[in-house]
Amino acid sequence: MVTSVQTRHLSANGALIERHWQELNNRRRLYTWLGLAILALTLFGSLWFANHSNAGKFFDRLPHFFDFVGHLMPRDPIEIGRALFDLPSPYDDGSFKYNYPEGRLYLTESLYIPEYVHKMLETVNIAIFSTVIGVFFGFILCFLAARNLMPNPWVRGIVRRLMEILRAFPEVVIAGFFLAILSLGPIPAIAAVSIHTIGALGKLFFEVVENADMKPEEGLRAVGANWIERVWFGMVPQVLPNFTSYFLLRLEINVRASTIIGAVGGGGIGELLRLSIGQGHEAKTLAIVLLLFATILAVDQFSAWLRRRLVGDQAFQLAQ
Amino acid sequence: MIASTNLDASEMDAIAARHPHLLKSSAAKWRRTALISAGVVIYMIFSWWFFSIGHVLANANWGIAGTYLADWVSYEVRPEIAIEPDGAMHVSFGRNSPLGDNPDPEWVSLEKEMVTRTVAAPAAAAQKPKSASSFSFMAPNAARGSAEATPQETVAATRTEEVVTHAVVTIGRSTRIEAAEKRVTITHGGDTLTLKVDGSDNVTPEGVLPSWAIQKRPGEKVTLSFGATGWAEVEGDEISIRNRFFGWVNFFFDTNSPFFGKSYGEVLSLISSGERIDPARSNLSLAWDNILYNAEWQHLDVWTKLLQTVVMAFVGTLFASFIAFPLCFLAARNITPSRITNQVVKRFFDFLRSVDMFIWALFFTRAFGPGPLAGMSAIFFTDTGTLGKLYSEALENIDDKQREGVKSVGAAPVAVQRFGVLPQVLPVFASQALYFWESNTRSATIIGAVGAGGIGLKLWEAMRTNSDWENVAYMVLLILIVVFVFDSISNICRSRLMGRKAH
Repeated sequence: MVTSVQTRHLSANGALIERHWQELNNRRRLYTWLGLAILALTLFGSLWFANHSNAGKFFDRLPHFFDFVGHLMPRDPIEIGRALFDLPSPYDDGSFKYNYPEGRLYLTESLYIPEYVHKMLETVNIAIFSTVIGVFFGFILCFLAARNLMPNPWVRGIVRRLMEILRAFPEVVIAGFFLAILSLGPIPAIAAVSIHTIGALGKLFFEVVENADMKPEEGLRAVGANWIERVWFGMVPQVLPNFTSYFLLRLEINVRASTIIGAVGGGGIGELLRLSIGQGHEAKTLAIVLLLFATILAVDQFSAWLRRRLVGDQAFQLAQ
Repeated sequence: MIASTNLDASEMDAIAARHPHLLKSSAAKWRRTALISAGVVIYMIFSWWFFSIGHVLANANWGIAGTYLADWVSYEVRPEIAIEPDGAMHVSFGRNSPLGDNPDPEWVSLEKEMVTRTVAAPAAAAQKPKSASSFSFMAPNAARGSAEATPQETVAATRTEEVVTHAVVTIGRSTRIEAAEKRVTITHGGDTLTLKVDGSDNVTPEGVLPSWAIQKRPGEKVTLSFGATGWAEVEGDEISIRNRFFGWVNFFFDTNSPFFGKSYGEVLSLISSGERIDPARSNLSLAWDNILYNAEWQHLDVWTKLLQTVVMAFVGTLFASFIAFPLCFLAARNITPSRITNQVVKRFFDFLRSVDMFIWALFFTRAFGPGPLAGMSAIFFTDTGTLGKLYSEALENIDDKQREGVKSVGAAPVAVQRFGVLPQVLPVFASQALYFWESNTRSATIIGAVGAGGIGLKLWEAMRTNSDWENVAYMVLLILIVVFVFDSISNICRSRLMGRKAH
């Protein structure tokens, strides 16, 4: 059967079709290889460029890579716990490396919050606070940017461009600018994170609104409801679960973002981590990394659980 | 029939009264809403106190915020007119004037005269303690000797020099500052103010100060604000003027360049047909070189750093998707039946993701030294986790029919994945990778600021000085352009891959 198909003489039409198919196939293969070649070329060019402009060269540094990990080992694993809970260290020599009890925040005479836990709480609070601000403004803006609720293309276009700019504007610059005006502290970080959040959430929100069912809105329009009433009673109940889900997703991202912003001058745990890595305080560094890891994991798990409860399977899409 | 469906108001009310549970929200729902709103309000108040926002905002230096913002798109020229007690004046433009070493702008008109005058010359006296103090480092006795000599003897010297006798500075359209014979006359917005200066430390206004002039105490300096066009300060012996111009000054050529101060036409004709300024090379290459190494704007450096940022995002995301691709098959429940393998790989992804990009960036900065390698590795590690998680979720959601179809004709396991699974998920994979490529271009900026290479650090350094906001604006503009371009490219690619419903 197979051999007879292979040896069969093709008619003129059949040969034409076979030739076309072969040509298409060849062209497709050529494009694939061309694409891969360009990708490889770009990749190697990029790698060379990155290696060339780096302070340490990749192959020079690679043998010493784990030296650094070795430097990160404290002389005693319990030191990490002492650093984390601000307990005095037996190795204390008066240097900053072992001054764990400093920085305790006393609530009462004897009850205190360890420094890193305090700073971690501050960072998480920055994230929550700026996410709430972002949700508030994103909520207001998203209805103005949605095609189905805002027929005026000018308003829509302006609001969308505004959100794009808020989203793409480098957070470092916002933080740096407020740092120049205000004193050192968490407010530059709040400003930077919340401005970015407005743009990012606004976009996700208006996409949710555009995919919403318009029937409730039509019903309200038919009984003569004004725009705000239509949005509030026709749209908001539909989109609220999704909005909450995005709020929680954003919260996860913002916990990370506020840590980074903290490192460039916004206070919180990020700054402490940058300092302790820079000064080679291994027990402190590991304590902070552990705390940060646990916090991020906890926030992620909590938010995933809550999202699953709120919107079911849709909760699994991750967006930034 | 139709008439019967039209209810009048009383009937509607009657129906509403008969079914209250339909029209009134339940008490539990009300309570929940009220509780959530109260919680949010209390949380906001708590945070206001926790971050002491009110206090910080009240103590902020808002006046300087306007200046910093104005610096983004404008620059100041700062002529200073020094006034001697005898009324002679000197005009200087400061060391790093954007107008070059010998500016003679048309908005400053000066009348100069050669005069022979007697000036207090502390020059001779000033040199002596200086030489003594350099010895004092080695011989403590010499220091005591010099301390006695320090009260400067003012030696009267007679010199003949060119001084300014009459200066007129025009700021904007409606402001004019005229200084002559120890009198400063300022005209702004229809008002005229005359100030008498004594050449040392006293300023006396004649008449009432208009609203744009402030003098805190009699005799002290007078501050004049002219709105967006600048401001000036009149002291007893000096008038400092800040004239603000819109635009980015010296964007192409800095003041040391031979092309500085020439119009576009002049530069073009110099490049195309002019005589060689530097005999060794053509004017075009000289001009290009001057632009790249512009001391103030550092174009080449900025572009290199921006390229680093782009490269970091590109290579990091590409490698991450290369590594996440095979691993996600191990993590997906429906592809690899072993629960232990699934869980191990998934927890590995979680680990990479939860040790944040920032921590990875700090680690790799220590390991590789500052530069794009560190940032690239940080993005690579974090995104291997994120993409792996997303990819394995995409795999778990595939349609099983195609896989079973391929399996039923007796295909080998690899062939089942290749023809039964891959065609379904590859567009999703590519789309996710593109999305993260674009999003990482933004993240790469910020991890750069902690030392992981790219434009982030340069931005941060430019902001630290508080005087280079125009450079910050330039870099922000470039970043925005790059992000928008990549956003569009990735959107186009994604909507081609996924069809219309790309998200």
